[in-house]
Amino acid sequence: MTHASIGKAGNDGEKDRSDCLITVELAPSGGVQVSLVSKVQALFGDSIIALGRQVADFFEIQHARITIADKGALPFVLAARLEAAIKKVMPTDKEFLLDMLPENTFPSMRDKHRFSRLYLPGNTPGLMINAGLHKPNAIILDLEDAVAHDKKDEARFLVRNALRSVDFKGAERMVRINQLPDGLEDLDVIIPHQVHVVLVPKCENARQLKLVNDRIAAIMQNNSHNQPVWLMPIVESALGVVNVFEIASSENVVAVAIGLEDYTADLGVNRTPSGTESLFARYQLVNACKAAGVQPIDSVFSDVADTDGLTQYVIQSKALGFEGMGCIHPRQIRVIHEHFAPGVQEIEYAKKVVTAFELANQQGLGVVSLGTKMIDAPVVKRAQRTIKLAIAMNKLSPNWKENTTESENV
Amino acid sequence: MNKSGSRVINAIGRAVPTTVNGKPVVPYKGIGKHRPEGKKFGPRISSCADFPDNGDKRVATLQDALIKAGLKDGMTISTHHHFRNGDLIAVQIFDIAAALGIKDLVWFPSASFECHAPLIKYLEDGTIHHIEGSMNGQLGRFTSEGKMKGTGVLRSHGGRYQAVQDGEVEIDIAVIAAPTADFFGNANGVEGTAACGLLGFALVDSQYADKVIVVTDNVVPFPCVPWQIQGNYVDYVVEVAQVGLSSKIVSGTTQVTKSPDRLLIAELTASFCEQAGLIQHGFSFQAGAGGTSLSIGIYFAEILKAKGMKARFARGGSNQYLVSMLEEELVEYILDGQTFDLEGVRSMRENPRHVSTSPFTSYNYHGKGNFASMLDVVILGATEVDVNFNANVVTHSDGVLLHGIGGWQNCLFAKCTILPIPLFRDRIPVIRDEVTTICGPGELIDVIVTERGIAINPLRTDLIEKVKDSGLPVKSIQELKAEAEKICGVPARIQFEDDIVAVVKWVDGTVLDVIRKIKA
Repeated sequence: MTHASIGKAGNDGEKDRSDCLITVELAPSGGVQVSLVSKVQALFGDSIIALGRQVADFFEIQHARITIADKGALPFVLAARLEAAIKKVMPTDKEFLLDMLPENTFPSMRDKHRFSRLYLPGNTPGLMINAGLHKPNAIILDLEDAVAHDKKDEARFLVRNALRSVDFKGAERMVRINQLPDGLEDLDVIIPHQVHVVLVPKCENARQLKLVNDRIAAIMQNNSHNQPVWLMPIVESALGVVNVFEIASSENVVAVAIGLEDYTADLGVNRTPSGTESLFARYQLVNACKAAGVQPIDSVFSDVADTDGLTQYVIQSKALGFEGMGCIHPRQIRVIHEHFAPGVQEIEYAKKVVTAFELANQQGLGVVSLGTKMIDAPVVKRAQRTIKLAIAMNKLSPNWKENTTESENV
Repeated sequence: MNKSGSRVINAIGRAVPTTVNGKPVVPYKGIGKHRPEGKKFGPRISSCADFPDNGDKRVATLQDALIKAGLKDGMTISTHHHFRNGDLIAVQIFDIAAALGIKDLVWFPSASFECHAPLIKYLEDGTIHHIEGSMNGQLGRFTSEGKMKGTGVLRSHGGRYQAVQDGEVEIDIAVIAAPTADFFGNANGVEGTAACGLLGFALVDSQYADKVIVVTDNVVPFPCVPWQIQGNYVDYVVEVAQVGLSSKIVSGTTQVTKSPDRLLIAELTASFCEQAGLIQHGFSFQAGAGGTSLSIGIYFAEILKAKGMKARFARGGSNQYLVSMLEEELVEYILDGQTFDLEGVRSMRENPRHVSTSPFTSYNYHGKGNFASMLDVVILGATEVDVNFNANVVTHSDGVLLHGIGGWQNCLFAKCTILPIPLFRDRIPVIRDEVTTICGPGELIDVIVTERGIAINPLRTDLIEKVKDSGLPVKSIQELKAEAEKICGVPARIQFEDDIVAVVKWVDGTVLDVIRKIKA
């Protein structure tokens, strides 16, 4: 990387909130001069300038002019912007890390439900801070399509700092890296910071996932980090759809998502509301995922204002066998949860099946029956899964067996 | 320089002056503690002998009317704010006064807007001595910088009525801009190109001012009905080409919020009201015009519809959403203080259940009751709240005066006062150890709803009990404050100069707090 004489990072456009634009210019003498213009000057001016000095000091800068145009950026944003600007003017491998919030260190599980995952543009801090409050199953810090080409470097530091400093309130922590090979460099910056799932865009074969797995393993070895990092490849091309089974069966893959905007572009057709043009791809992906034992995840629904359209889309998606989809706005989360979650009748039926199964076990019977009907093992398995989900989503009390008379539909 | 003489500590612990602009004032004594005796202010007796028998009170120009009204140095001139940011008359009054070389006027508006920023030049050149009303935006900043000659006085809408009625403020000339009037001075806000719905804020001006001038761009033949302003109070009628900019009369804030965080706050607020049993058949509510408040109104409508209930009345500011609740019979009456959009104006014109009110009926604390205290639920905003639930609506956390009080203080007397506010705005925490300016005592503020949790005033054990098993994220106000500071950091204390630039009056005319000059 060549180094400029002036390094800039961040945003201070009319509509940029909770962000800042930082300019760093190395100087031959005069010490470190920090100047600040901030909408929160009266309340945080001194602490922002102190942070500027602390970061400059950390990177062993002797003489520089640092200007900060601040629009209410939180410390993790200021620190990321300072680091990004500094790294544009001088080479260094050091990283300025703020403390990791203890609440951000929980592990995730392979079979966690993933109905909704909220996309957060990786260079837009204002959308990250409250994202967890809307209770998506997962958040995705997106380094790929949501970040402009010339902002890719600074977005990595912002995403890394967000992973450490923003409490996403228990949502699974996902990062969408850039297309390979650039995406491998993203991994170096983000993996040591409690990433649960890496989304691999434009995935077309298992070889790409091996590169990702190998890179992650190498990073983890260097960082004595031992929580698993799962993968969610995104299939977005005709070739990817052809190879979807080898993708789904790759190591550490927990789910495969389909990206229909790029897929339909690859086919040279328009994406329509009825979605007939992508039915083959969606069937194929669902089937391959089920065969590989991973979750099939549907594409996003892009009209944020169209709640009825989204509802129809989710109902159809669930009927096809998908187990979740992406969201581009918090308003979509509730609709997605409501319709992917087990319904009232589904839960009632599952309760009956599970009760009958446990009764048969107690009585040492090999055959489970409900009324006059015999129940097969897969039906029992599905019912158990439904119950587990219903409990996880607060639709059923964990003690439902003890109080079957109380109303469970919270 | 201390323009305000000696100071005492009032009942809420703030150091307040004993004189303001040379007149003695009473420090705040506590809620309901100040009980003035004596008679109300009485305006001069008029005689029909001094007015034309044919009822035609028209004069050629506003300048002629002001001169006939005896405009001179030191007078108090009042205006109303029903035209909001589309007011064309207030600035003209002072253009005329300045051209005539008049000095040291007191401007007594019911509220100010950005369109009044041109008055700064008259505050600078001495035409205007000080403002008693609200000092918004640029006027607020000018005041905070200590540049106003006198001391600003901030009052609630009810407090403005009280101050005039009690004789604390004597209006020399009231200029009432009206969308429609007849030559006798009967006027209303429902007709005309500048229709603004009603003229309730100008009621007290018409009743008590020494001279009253009605200015309109729509003179109709006598009688102008409804006569929201009665011509019998009016001295002169002036016809002008344009009285207000209708595009700016309709407030830009009357859009439902699209912000997911604010929608979350609105949803939590509505859910709290439902779980706490506040939403009942026959209940009453008031929600403001901000995006979050509008969304709360919509959630109320959904809850009422789902339960087959009706609200007996809603207090306005009315807007299209409240009007549709009225028309869908989810609410039986709108008792309206100001209309925020054209749907509100239309409804008030056409629907007898959409009733025009005034600060006298709704808010005046020195009356025989008022409507605000009868409300079951009121939804208000705030710039800051402290750990004792005291709240601020006039200054920002950087200490700068930017807003008026409006009806906010008066509404605190509702049965349940809820402030839905974001826990922090960008990096600015809303819950503080101490608010910069106390506008409302904490004992009247019941619930704070933020996107990260709900704090209930410990005094409201009944509400705490009602929602304890609701699953709502109820937290202590200290917990909410700690959560914000964990994210934002602990803000520094603002440094002020000693000079008092404005005082905040309580609803009974006592001095609740002061605003001091910001450090340059």
